[in-house]
Amino acid sequence: MSEQTVRLDIFKTYKLYVGGKFPRSESGRVYEVQDPKGQWLANAPLGTRKDTRDAVLAARAAVKGWSGTTAYNRGQVLYRVAEMLQGRREQFVAEVAAAEGLGAKKAATLVDAAIDRWVWYAGWTDKVAQVAGGANPVAGPFFNLSTPEPTGVVGVVAPQAGHGFSLLGLVSVVAPAIATGNTVVVALAERAPLPALSLGEVLATSDVPGGVVNLISGRTADIAPTLASHQDVNALDLAGAIDRDGPGAAAALEASAADTLKRVVRPAADPSAEDWTAAPGTRRLLSFLETKTVWHPMGI
Amino acid sequence: MSTLAANAPGATGGGLADVAASEATLRRFLHGLPGVDQVGLESRAATLGTRSIKTTAKAFAIDLAISMIDLTTLEGADTVGKVRSLCAKGLSPDPSDRTAPQVAAICVYPDMVATAKDALRGSGIQVASVATAFPSGRAGMPVKLADTAEAVAAGADEIDMVIDRGAFLSGRYLEVFEEIRAVKEACRRPDGSAAHLKVIFETGELQTYDNVRRASWLTMIAGADFIKTSTGKVAVNATPPVTLLMLEAVRDFRAATGTQVGVKPAGGIRTTKDAMKYLVMVNETLGDDWLSPHWFRFGASSLLNDLLMQRQKLRTGRYSGPDYVTVD
Repeated sequence: MSEQTVRLDIFKTYKLYVGGKFPRSESGRVYEVQDPKGQWLANAPLGTRKDTRDAVLAARAAVKGWSGTTAYNRGQVLYRVAEMLQGRREQFVAEVAAAEGLGAKKAATLVDAAIDRWVWYAGWTDKVAQVAGGANPVAGPFFNLSTPEPTGVVGVVAPQAGHGFSLLGLVSVVAPAIATGNTVVVALAERAPLPALSLGEVLATSDVPGGVVNLISGRTADIAPTLASHQDVNALDLAGAIDRDGPGAAAALEASAADTLKRVVRPAADPSAEDWTAAPGTRRLLSFLETKTVWHPMGI
Repeated sequence: MSTLAANAPGATGGGLADVAASEATLRRFLHGLPGVDQVGLESRAATLGTRSIKTTAKAFAIDLAISMIDLTTLEGADTVGKVRSLCAKGLSPDPSDRTAPQVAAICVYPDMVATAKDALRGSGIQVASVATAFPSGRAGMPVKLADTAEAVAAGADEIDMVIDRGAFLSGRYLEVFEEIRAVKEACRRPDGSAAHLKVIFETGELQTYDNVRRASWLTMIAGADFIKTSTGKVAVNATPPVTLLMLEAVRDFRAATGTQVGVKPAGGIRTTKDAMKYLVMVNETLGDDWLSPHWFRFGASSLLNDLLMQRQKLRTGRYSGPDYVTVD
């Protein structure tokens, strides 16, 4: 009598990342995520407007603590993210390959670049003040100093296209925002949210306080307008705004954001042509800052 | 289902007058009340908390909840200025939208009653004052009565007293009963009218649901106009099961005596969602008769801001934020 034990597959339940926890969607709904060839990969939670609101609450609650840490400490935390990501490299290579329809080798290059990008922004945390601030010469016996302060809660529409968008692109929009002390709520790429949802697990184990990064998967047309109109969101990064007309389109989101005077970073003219492996520059890093200027009497 | 034990002494004919004739009769009555089914109570409260209230029903419930709030400030650091600004907020909770209803009352310490009364003159908003050595209730009887009389003399419309939990827990029910009677007497004004008396149990200190049921009946028989869960000063405040139990008690009390008593959960109710759960519970347990600020109140301070933010969301379609309501 031959007995063959058949081992059942263990599928991963992808969940949202909100306030340092991994909740399911408040709606209880999920949607099917497929690779570019139409093969089913997994079910992702279908985040709703309410999930987005909860995430903004969590992000707001985290602003005080995160913006109050020293820049040096924030750099260490961001470097720790890179360390944790390195430890799970194989998993992310597989997920990025599936999400973007790439070979393992190309995907590995992208994951390595994403890890390096965390390190790059980790280095920036305690240098941005020198670049964006400084001593101003004034006609009087005063020290006049300008320092950059974080804007607050940043709504991010994660990239949905371009080479390396699913992980490297996401890191390229999230890391600069949190490096300077902001907290973020991210509307993940609708068709490729899996690497991003796994990134939540990395963030949860790498000293990033709960609520600093909040990840919501679901329909961009639901989540992005909620972020754009939310009165407690201070800025908006539209990297992945959908290019059709309609509720998730960049122009509509920007118009909605204007009601509450949010800072807005516009998407590239042709998002699908964007190459996320290119050097990121300081544009995003300097976009979500407010300048505080202090006059201090000078002793004689 | 009535929880009133039909064979309890004094229950015959619906009259409860002689229940408090002596320590022994009172104890026999209170211990004759049926025990609380803890599992059933908690699951019932949890079930009622799952109702989904949307759109127009939600708008109605939010306005109703705002009109039921006893807007409260009970801090050692209270100043005249803070009480005045709280009164201004109670009068016009949302300065950007004058259609927002007024709150039911402003709840303060006795020495702030005159300030609040002055700020609310002509508005119809009641001034509630805590009294009887709030929140611990650990003071001699003359002090408690003087505390009450001072608040009433200063113009308080409602008095929130605390019971002596020590006496209650050690079984000296008659002492608690007499105390409530005496404070109710102290609520009388010279012109013959009287301030409304709310009696706080501090349910977080009563240990068991059975005790909450006994305290409810004891207090209602003693003549309370309202029964209130908590002071907001201890770790465990109003919870849905405790409030449900008290709602059932006032329902059964009216069935037994014809007298209607109000209920006020207080402490720990911070979100619109929480408030909705309580309103559902009132509606399902007591019905329309209690769905008004005369018979049901929320003791809260931060709840109002959340209600206002939800109200703004319903009006504009955009989620609001703490920058758009006042900082208290």
